[in-house]
Amino acid sequence: MSPRVVVVDYGVGNLHSVRNAFHRAGAEVEISSDPETVRNAARLVLPGVGAFADAMRELSTRALVEAVKDHIKTGRPFLGICVGMQLLLTESTEFGRHAGLGVIPGTVEKIPDDGVKVPHVGWSAIAPPRGTTWEGTPLRDLESDRPMVYFVHSYNAVPSNDADRLADASYGSVRICAGVRRDNVFGFQFHPEKSGPVGLQIVQKFLTT
Amino acid sequence: MSLAQAVPGPGSMQLDGSRRSGVACRIIPRLDIKAPQGLVKGIQLEGFRKIGDPAEHAVRYYEQGADELIYMDVVASLYERNSLEELVSATAKHIFIPLTVGGGVRKVDDIYRLLRAGADKVAINTAAVRRPGLIEEAARIFGSQCIVLSVEAKRQGAGWEAYTDNGRERTGLDAIEWVKRGCDLGAGEVLITSVDKEGTRKGFDADLIAAVAPRVRVPLVASGGPGSIADIEAAFRCGVDAVALASILHYKTETISTIKEGLRERGLEVRP
Repeated sequence: MSPRVVVVDYGVGNLHSVRNAFHRAGAEVEISSDPETVRNAARLVLPGVGAFADAMRELSTRALVEAVKDHIKTGRPFLGICVGMQLLLTESTEFGRHAGLGVIPGTVEKIPDDGVKVPHVGWSAIAPPRGTTWEGTPLRDLESDRPMVYFVHSYNAVPSNDADRLADASYGSVRICAGVRRDNVFGFQFHPEKSGPVGLQIVQKFLTT
Repeated sequence: MSLAQAVPGPGSMQLDGSRRSGVACRIIPRLDIKAPQGLVKGIQLEGFRKIGDPAEHAVRYYEQGADELIYMDVVASLYERNSLEELVSATAKHIFIPLTVGGGVRKVDDIYRLLRAGADKVAINTAAVRRPGLIEEAARIFGSQCIVLSVEAKRQGAGWEAYTDNGRERTGLDAIEWVKRGCDLGAGEVLITSVDKEGTRKGFDADLIAAVAPRVRVPLVASGGPGSIADIEAAFRCGVDAVALASILHYKTETISTIKEGLRERGLEVRP
């Protein structure tokens, strides 16, 4: 039986790209804004582009904040992409201070434009933080040992605990948090659905994580 | 590596090579489309010759390692239409890299429809010149990362003038000033095409790139003229973040793999 994925539709982001990528990886995809469907999803994907506060507000007006949190509490696999990952943190400083879902302690902060262009756009290599491995995560056993994936973002997650960091990238002198994890919860700052064959592998591995 | 050979790397604002940014040089096939759905190539944006099926080319370039794709409807502005929606939605199912679509984007609703069909970014030229507020409005609604300012620049005395409608119509705008204004209005990327060099395969307009690169704080994509790997290397060393390639790929002078291999040998970072 094909793995089943629910992609949260909250008026934010390019859902079609995410759906196309999961289809290609062999999943049965349901796009939904229904809190019950979200809560009970076998696997849940929260995409997102745009501003943090807008995304949080759109989730909230659709009664999806609690639904997403409830899903995460069940222990079933969850994946946040781009702003969908940033929403996992405690708060963001984008256009004022805004509370997130608070699943991963930490903040989301503007990338310092220390000699580099902001937004960070393009393909950068990701690596596990020192002393960690990608065993048991969607980044395990990729064909490349230095995978390059596609980023487009101006804000960067800064988890309070190093243990919540899954992947790092370097941009100028900035340490970019490319991925987070805590138990069943995974988040990617980059876009696996736009990261070519490596991205499709990551999507496929999420389906068997 | 001597300083003269040092590479700033895409994303870097420091053109002396003092810092590598950690972002790969992006290679972007540019597919000029003339309805009904033919891939064409012109010289100086004129005299379009039919090359083949755009969807087939798009998939082949994706498989060869293209980092993004650009679809440009080259007659859309002339006929006041945009006919690329179907092509976009058909190819988005097979191509898992960012896709920019331009030509005939006139209003917010056009952007909405193209993004819905599967585009990640839209490129705007003619409509932005007529109404610069469109850039601001679109950036506010869809986010700057979706909005590419497309500028067709033609040498005019000591500088460059911005043209619209595929190099047909003069605007009276200084191209460099227009790029700066478009970025201030919220464009998240700039695609600059040299009308003089376009389709000639004699190299990018290096002076134009050198004049624009230090003045934009968003990614810069150079288009028009490359005929060799050395031309592409030169553009990256001038500080562009990406190159849009057409003739050199369509006429099979090089493939994406040979270009990336060549750039890697010359010390530039590319995605494998």
